[in-house]
Amino acid sequence: MKKELIKGNEAVVKAAILAGCTHYFGYPITPASEIAQAAAYYFPLIGGAFVQAESEVAAINMVYGAASTGVRTMTASSGPGLSLKQEGISYLAGAELPSVVVDVMRAGPGLGNIWPEQSDYNQMVKGGGHGDYRNIVLAPNSAQEMCDFTILAFELSDQYRCTAVVLTDGSIGQTMEPVEFPDEVKPAPAKDWAVRGDAATRKNLVTSIYMSTDQLQSLNQRLQKKYAEIEAREQRWEDYRTDDAQLVIVAYGVTSRVAENAIEELRSRGMKVGMLRPKTLFPFPKKRVKELAGQAAAFLVAEMSAGQMIEDVKLAIEHRKPVEFYGVSGGNLPTVEGIVKAAEAAYRRYS
Amino acid sequence: MSETITTTTTVTKGRPEAIYETFERKSGKDKLTTHYCPGCGHGRAQKLVAEAISEMGLGDRTIFISPVGCSVFSYYYMNTGNVQAPHGRAPAVGTGLVRARPDSIVISYQGDGDLAAIGTAEIIHAANRGENMTVIFINNAIYGMTGGQMAPTTMVGQRTLTTPSGRNAATEGHPMRMAELIATLEAPVYVERVSCTDVKNIHKCRKAIRKGLQLQVERKGFSFIEILATCPTNWKKTPQDSIKWVQDVMEPYFKPGVYKDISATVQPLPRPEPKTDRKELEKILGLQSGKTVAKTTGKIGERRIKIAGFGGQGALTAGAMLATAGMNDGLQVTWLPSYGPEMRGGTANCSVVISDKRIGSPLVTQPNVLIAMNRPSLDAFEQEVAPGGIIMVNSSLIDRKVARTDVKAVYAPFTELAAGLGLKAAANAVAIGVFLAHEKSIDRERIYEVLRTSFKKKEAVETNIRAVDAGYEYKA
Amino acid sequence: MKLPAVEIKSNQCKGCGLCIDSCKPGVLSLSKAFNLLGYQYAEYKQSGCTGCEACYYACPEPGAISIHKEKKVQVQR
Repeated sequence: MKKELIKGNEAVVKAAILAGCTHYFGYPITPASEIAQAAAYYFPLIGGAFVQAESEVAAINMVYGAASTGVRTMTASSGPGLSLKQEGISYLAGAELPSVVVDVMRAGPGLGNIWPEQSDYNQMVKGGGHGDYRNIVLAPNSAQEMCDFTILAFELSDQYRCTAVVLTDGSIGQTMEPVEFPDEVKPAPAKDWAVRGDAATRKNLVTSIYMSTDQLQSLNQRLQKKYAEIEAREQRWEDYRTDDAQLVIVAYGVTSRVAENAIEELRSRGMKVGMLRPKTLFPFPKKRVKELAGQAAAFLVAEMSAGQMIEDVKLAIEHRKPVEFYGVSGGNLPTVEGIVKAAEAAYRRYS
Repeated sequence: MSETITTTTTVTKGRPEAIYETFERKSGKDKLTTHYCPGCGHGRAQKLVAEAISEMGLGDRTIFISPVGCSVFSYYYMNTGNVQAPHGRAPAVGTGLVRARPDSIVISYQGDGDLAAIGTAEIIHAANRGENMTVIFINNAIYGMTGGQMAPTTMVGQRTLTTPSGRNAATEGHPMRMAELIATLEAPVYVERVSCTDVKNIHKCRKAIRKGLQLQVERKGFSFIEILATCPTNWKKTPQDSIKWVQDVMEPYFKPGVYKDISATVQPLPRPEPKTDRKELEKILGLQSGKTVAKTTGKIGERRIKIAGFGGQGALTAGAMLATAGMNDGLQVTWLPSYGPEMRGGTANCSVVISDKRIGSPLVTQPNVLIAMNRPSLDAFEQEVAPGGIIMVNSSLIDRKVARTDVKAVYAPFTELAAGLGLKAAANAVAIGVFLAHEKSIDRERIYEVLRTSFKKKEAVETNIRAVDAGYEYKA
Repeated sequence: MKLPAVEIKSNQCKGCGLCIDSCKPGVLSLSKAFNLLGYQYAEYKQSGCTGCEACYYACPEPGAISIHKEKKVQVQR
């Protein structure tokens, strides 16, 4: 396909449709509303459905219903909306329903404001709802990746029968960049577990209730096995000038874009600084962080939060190397100067 | 020759086909009886629903939604497709089911806590959208599964575990009449309340369920059947006294009857069919086949541009046009509209980055180009421009000079030049022209191409091209 | 057995008695004995059923009560 200059939020919708998604259920919220708006425009045109739900809770439950029939379905929202959706996401996990949720993060807690933050990391990556479950979490840092990761989210959620989250932030969602939509998308696999209201699936049941404690325990064991498999197979990341890096910045989303500029500046001042950019937050790219811990003198985690991903970095490093933090919040974007300053201080201290 | 003779055969009325012979999903040894208590209203209602499904031949098409409450285990019994829903969310789950599978028969079977308390929003809005589903609402004036607490439909004075002295209307409100409430909405096609007590009323109940399902078969939309039912265990009454209590206490308040029926006049709902043909999808999405080929190999470095003006001056559009032209030239580009804390001073602005290499941050904080289309824009961003950068000033509207001495300043009357061409709205095109004259990063032909695809009217294209040229050729 | 007739599966009966109350000819009654579930169960007096099906609909259990009836059918030969 020819490149198209398009907002990340809108790229999500076109990519979803190319991936065979036919049903969108959502509720408007800034800064994710362009997704619902584009969905409202395109889904009826392709003979699918767009439903503006009465609430975030209803929207995720509509996704649960549609996913039960085996169609590819999605919703999108931002922090406060995701807080409300957590009940439904827990049920999706328990019932093992493939589903795609986009979270265009804004600043919290509470109503916070509409500007970008990365403070939904914990609620999306660590669970958020009740019970032992995980979502696959993909973290795009460009409009192109908003497209690519939306498609990947559908593929992975079908493959592992789980919810896949596209976790982005207000500024990546709002930025227009050239996007090349893929020429081909793998079709969805057959779903013999689905309940379609036909003779072939009459015997099927979609549920997350297990009255036998042993049955529920074995479901939980199966889920954990699946998550372990996801951790083993699906870690994705990008190395940015890490070959000789003595200081490794770990950042995702728009923060990683700002960090690229910061690294140019730091390199021009003779400092060997690189970046590990997680593309998947669950599974967290532990493997690569561990490898880099052997090479680098120190790490700097940069986030638009008070420090959430930093815990996963520290867990992966297992205290072998110091981990510093640079954070902004309240809707402020990280600055090149801010990252440069924090990185330079860490660099001087440890290498 | 054939002849017709009359003979007799034995028929049996027993377990409906839509209820399993044995309940394999039920835990414990007894796989033949339900988990419902002796005299429970659920058992009767569910048997009637199953009978209707069986006799109407809908078993293969039905998706039965088990709610949370005493009927949470309906999937033990219903020989249909089964989906278990979160508490109160069955109508939302049903919406997803029926939108994805318009030919399925969706039954949302809910109790009073599920439907009228925690799921109030979901039921009202599924009804209001007229979703093609049948809702069976079991009203037994109490929470059953949790052991006998107050429901929204608990009668005034009725003792429950959470109204130990009886429901007090002054503090706990009045019992909610859901059928009446739903019937006030435009979309529902059929709303009836029945009382599942004696033989006569059980048959009314049976008829109402059939009608609801039939309307769904005809795709006529949302039907709601409220069934007054007994809960002997939590009411602490015998099954016989429970039926009498429904008749004597519930029926006078929750009056049985048809509250709405527009089935004779309503038209069947459309049935969308998702398109799967890739070429058709590409057309709908406006995607163009082929590859974008770089038209330039020019090394322009990285241009970080801020364009600002008041709303309506087209600052955002000008930025998008530059970015599109840059993309078509084969360069890396980003465009970010005024968003977040950088928005200030009542100006609309955008950050555009055009680069011959991968772009880091799409947010421009130290532009090497500022296009200021009005005074507040110049005031807001002048200090941010990188030393050695350039500021392009719309001298039509900005009555001061650039104060900085470490940047280059270019003055041109964007608005007047546009007005001279008869199109004041083309001031942004003039600005692009001025930009192109001083910044050799993009070929003018690329901008023409963008203009040709941006405007439908040929006249508008030509005026805008002339505006670009006017800006390009302007000499102060 | 003379038709129409009620058949009650004693081990599926929970003894609520609603079928007995619904029976116009009064041909159902509660057993003295207890079934496997621990309930006294409804019993048919083995005659007098009119096939009205009232007990079938009164019963909350899906499989406890069946009604057997004769039905006239026309066949081609």
